[in-house]
Amino acid sequence: MHVHFLDPYHQRTSPLHSMDGRVKLLLTLGYLVAAALLPAGAWPVFALFFGLAAAAEWLSGLSFGYYWKRSLVALPFALAAVPLVFTAGPPYWQTWGAVSLSLPGLERLISIALKSWLSVQAALLLVTTTRFPDLLAAMRSLRLPRLLVAVIGLMWRYLFVLVDEAGRLSRARQSRSGALPGCPPGGSLPWRARATGGMVGSLMVRSLDRGDRVYQAMAARGYDGEARSLPLPPLTRADSGLLLAAGALLLALLLVAALGWG
Amino acid sequence: MAPVIQIRDLSFAYPDGQPALEDVCLDVQPGEKVALVGPNGAGKSTLLLHLNGILPAQRGSVQVAGMALMAENLPRVRSLVGLVFQNPDDQLFSPTVFDDVAFGPIYQGLPEEEVRSRVQEALAAVGMEGYAGRASHHLSVGEKKRIALATVLSMRPEVLALDEPSAGLDPRARRGLIALLASLPQTMLVATHDLALARDLLSRTVVMNAGRIVASGPTEALLDDPGALEQYGLV
Repeated sequence: MHVHFLDPYHQRTSPLHSMDGRVKLLLTLGYLVAAALLPAGAWPVFALFFGLAAAAEWLSGLSFGYYWKRSLVALPFALAAVPLVFTAGPPYWQTWGAVSLSLPGLERLISIALKSWLSVQAALLLVTTTRFPDLLAAMRSLRLPRLLVAVIGLMWRYLFVLVDEAGRLSRARQSRSGALPGCPPGGSLPWRARATGGMVGSLMVRSLDRGDRVYQAMAARGYDGEARSLPLPPLTRADSGLLLAAGALLLALLLVAALGWG
Repeated sequence: MAPVIQIRDLSFAYPDGQPALEDVCLDVQPGEKVALVGPNGAGKSTLLLHLNGILPAQRGSVQVAGMALMAENLPRVRSLVGLVFQNPDDQLFSPTVFDDVAFGPIYQGLPEEEVRSRVQEALAAVGMEGYAGRASHHLSVGEKKRIALATVLSMRPEVLALDEPSAGLDPRARRGLIALLASLPQTMLVATHDLALARDLLSRTVVMNAGRIVASGPTEALLDDPGALEQYGLV
């Protein structure tokens, strides 16, 4: 019994799936930075950015609904920008006594919500079309600190083990959560909380123990604190061309936005 | 006599589409001791997880003591079927042995003195009196296996469903566990690779392969048939 639901990768045969992981990682990072730099209220440019994301989603072979629904997780974070509506300056849209709704504030709030929605879509595109090991390889080739990449890789590997373990613990608990005729089952709330606390504690102790065992197994095979891996082949000409073109397009869009709305 | 466990045409596939059980039919009579044998991945553990509704039947039905395994019967069924997992670390999730053995009775809503006497009785039954205050993660595997058994005995179940009870035990601990199991009166369904344990303890053997029951009969007869053992991948 194993969990698969955590892995967002979807096996398909699409141009995006077959693209080099390094190219996808760079494109995604470029898109994120450009989206973050867009000035508030540049609605036509926002629409073009949305068009870029939608085109990539169409290419990926998964439904738009898949991306749009999942990317809604970004919206609660945009709530942090809600105070802007009340604190930004005039002109005001509505005023009720001491409370006024600022138009520039509203514009910034909507821009921030759109930016985060677009950014999450880009990140989703990256992880649904790229297998995690390819992503790690891409991070390494972009000179992210090797230790950091190794830690991310181990975390990914053992996340599944940990969730499996938590699942087994909770099954064992369910198995013994029985009832007798004429007795109200369930025990008291503090007792149930204590039992849950015990489970979390034993999960932590076991994770620590497992960490020790994993380290011993690595050390036994020669690990000396330096994460090594085979080098990747250089990018093809087509890939480099694509990166240059995409970079130029994003820059041009930013320039238009800055001139028109900055 | 009505069977205490009645399984009809039970099929189950894991979420990734891997079929684990296909059209399993099995009756177990009260007091019967049944060995569930077969190669790794045959579906033995999956079948055990159906006995108290941890996994819901996708097709077919499971009845325990005449109760269908539906949401409203599950608490009652879980009191009747004591499921002991293969890895005792999964079974023992509380800080102390006492807390673990007391979990089932407390959950059932029994009064405190009854819980204390159940814990004592269960620890005595597995020969582990005096361990109540110990921390589970400091015990040896053999001790953990015994405590894991005590955690369900304290619920006074009618059926014991044991997953690989002798796996990972040294010869002496294994012998002790077999003697302990032989002393228990409950109906037993034991998934195991330990054919000698099956011969000593369990009068009937059910052979599973690739999610199906491929043979069922008296343990002696099956284990004395080298052709059958070879055919079912048991040697």
